[in-house]
Amino acid sequence: MNFKPVLLWSDALILLLLAVVAAGVWLLRHNETFRAPLRQVLASRMGSATALILAVYVGIGLLDSLHYVERLPDEPGKAAQYSGEVKSVLDKLLTPLREHVEKTYSAPFATHLYAKETMTGPDGRELRDYPRLKHGGAHLADPDTEFWPDVLKRGGLGVLGGMVFWALLVFPLWKRGRAHSALAWTLLCVLVVTGLLVALAPHYHVLGTDKVGQDVLYLSLKSVRTGLLIGTLTTLVVLPLGLGLGIAAGYFGGRVDDVIQYLYTTLNSIPGVLLIAAAVLVVQVQIEAHPELFDTAAARADMRLLALCGILGLTGWTGLARLLRAETLKLRELEFVQAARAFGVSRMRILARHLLPNVMHLVLITVVIDFSGLVLAEAVLSYVGVGVDPAMISFGNMINGARLELAREPVVWWQLVAAFLFMFVLVLAANLFADQVRDALDPKAKGRA
Amino acid sequence: MLNYIVRRLLYAIPILLGVNLLTFALFFMVNTPDDMARIHLGAKHVTEDAIEGWKREHGYDKPLFFNAGAEGAAKVSDTLFVEKSLKLFVLDFGPADDGRDIAREIKTRMWPSLAIALPTFLVGLLAYISFALLLVFFRGTRLDTAGVILCVALMSISGLFYVIGGQYVMGKLWHWFPISGYQPGLDAWKFLLMPVLVSLVAGIGDSARFYRALFIEEIGKDYVRTARAKGLSELRVLFRHVLGNAMIPILTGVVVVIPRLFLGSLIIESFFGIPGLGSYTIDAIQAQDFAIVRSMVFLGSLLYIIGLVLTDLSYTLVDPRVRLE
Repeated sequence: MNFKPVLLWSDALILLLLAVVAAGVWLLRHNETFRAPLRQVLASRMGSATALILAVYVGIGLLDSLHYVERLPDEPGKAAQYSGEVKSVLDKLLTPLREHVEKTYSAPFATHLYAKETMTGPDGRELRDYPRLKHGGAHLADPDTEFWPDVLKRGGLGVLGGMVFWALLVFPLWKRGRAHSALAWTLLCVLVVTGLLVALAPHYHVLGTDKVGQDVLYLSLKSVRTGLLIGTLTTLVVLPLGLGLGIAAGYFGGRVDDVIQYLYTTLNSIPGVLLIAAAVLVVQVQIEAHPELFDTAAARADMRLLALCGILGLTGWTGLARLLRAETLKLRELEFVQAARAFGVSRMRILARHLLPNVMHLVLITVVIDFSGLVLAEAVLSYVGVGVDPAMISFGNMINGARLELAREPVVWWQLVAAFLFMFVLVLAANLFADQVRDALDPKAKGRA
Repeated sequence: MLNYIVRRLLYAIPILLGVNLLTFALFFMVNTPDDMARIHLGAKHVTEDAIEGWKREHGYDKPLFFNAGAEGAAKVSDTLFVEKSLKLFVLDFGPADDGRDIAREIKTRMWPSLAIALPTFLVGLLAYISFALLLVFFRGTRLDTAGVILCVALMSISGLFYVIGGQYVMGKLWHWFPISGYQPGLDAWKFLLMPVLVSLVAGIGDSARFYRALFIEEIGKDYVRTARAKGLSELRVLFRHVLGNAMIPILTGVVVVIPRLFLGSLIIESFFGIPGLGSYTIDAIQAQDFAIVRSMVFLGSLLYIIGLVLTDLSYTLVDPRVRLE
């Protein structure tokens, strides 16, 4: 084997999360109270279209979560050596993008560098001009005349490819009447964009390059995983705390309720950003104090990301707990719970069989709604300096690195626009999806915003 | 009433004590003063002497909870917990790690913060509620749908985009305002208008949608039908009846933030270079000045609890059924 898989902690957790979701879906596949809302979400125009877009993002994130290290060329008489650079399957797929590194900024589709350089002209004299890019449009002999025909030809082919692929995928379904139009049109958009990128990205920097010459499209795609991780792994901390403490406070009442209420009032009273900042600073110091625990830079960045998720979870469970406490207070007085108690059903069993299933819809709604907020929070926290590791590729770090470049002349806008665009599509899809989930699960919410 | 307020404020003490213990645990037990000294001294291999010197200079050279070397009551009082944490209760913030007095900084920096936060808060409240009422007035029409879609789109955009975009368009392209900076006195408005505008736009999606949902829920109730049946105009129904009855949920979200207004906004102030408490806090976070962060956490919690009490009091103003006993 010339590679060795590497399982970072976050990869393991993401796989665990995936397994839990898959198991849940498998167990509940015959459960009508679960299937009906799911069907309603996926049958609605908005629900199916946004679910597809989210699935594309999740796919990118998952490909980026399968890590490995490459084996270095063998040296005789030594055990196999592995590279210290951890790569993911997504890196492998995007190899041309990853390796096409220029000297510094270049605009989208540019064939020349952003900054002038001193060069030797054909006649041997020195002149200052914009040099050609090493990779972007390097196959063109004369960019002035060949640029547009080349871009149009490649772009056209890409669009065509996307459409053909779409037709092959959709027509069999359409005939059977199983595809509905919103989903089909979204799929067309996704496939055409993919086709365009596949056709153009290896030959041009479609979204330009950043300060050190990395392709911005590559950075944007890599940022997806970070955003998704923060949005989902935080849930792993929020759920047990929010569920456990919220239901316990509502059901047991008395002392237990007092203590739990005290706990979340105290946490709530601290301004959120400050609490997160304080905790992240502490974690940062601890990571710096123990460099021996992490063998690669990726492992260290990964640990910091996990710590951030943990901290966001520890500070973020209060809302869910409060909601569940109120709901449980209401439920425990209802007849079916009273009946169970009268039959002598044990407390734990009442909690697990009668209360938990009846608050699950609130849990799902909260999780989906919180997701988009967390993705946005990453950018802000990274700007404040208490987000993910500065070496990790994330939307926040992309924005942070580029926000001063608007002052340049001409303006370097593409890195910011790319980061905001990728984030906007993800968050918008998540918000619209959350609305559908809420409408499907919460009977009270119907017809509201 | 007075009884109630006193009781609520007494109830605040254990909460503030909890906040205090939590920050103390974070900053002194997980992160020992030795770690802090090492960060501030910078170099990787600092000597024990240098660390001890830094701790002595900044008053961190005491035991955490119990000073065995002291006499009498000083055994308990001459400790880090009493010196650094409990003193916050009498609003004695002490010096920052760079030696400057935190209380003085707070007193001078709260005014620029207020100058941005207060107009943003007031104009925002008015604008968001009016916009939401407008959408509710046109509910079910295309205008309403378009408004809701606009809100969702606006709230899906990162807040940083509004700040960076606003600075670029209003500051650099149109030259309306200086991009960042601050000047005390009457000329301050030039520097304040843009941050206020940007914060208003950044908040509209979330808030207008929230208020619209509130009003839509109210408008389905019986008293609204009665009001209409009496022949009241739709505008009167909306402003007098729906708005009045939605006041409790509105106040719940609004009043609690009022005391915190003068702490300012971290992001806005640091982007626009406003020398307020928000940028003070962010600078402290970036310089890892734990004394300032600790003070701000305590102050923020105190103001939050005051906000909760004010919320309860405000209920009695808008709803005569609420009595505080």
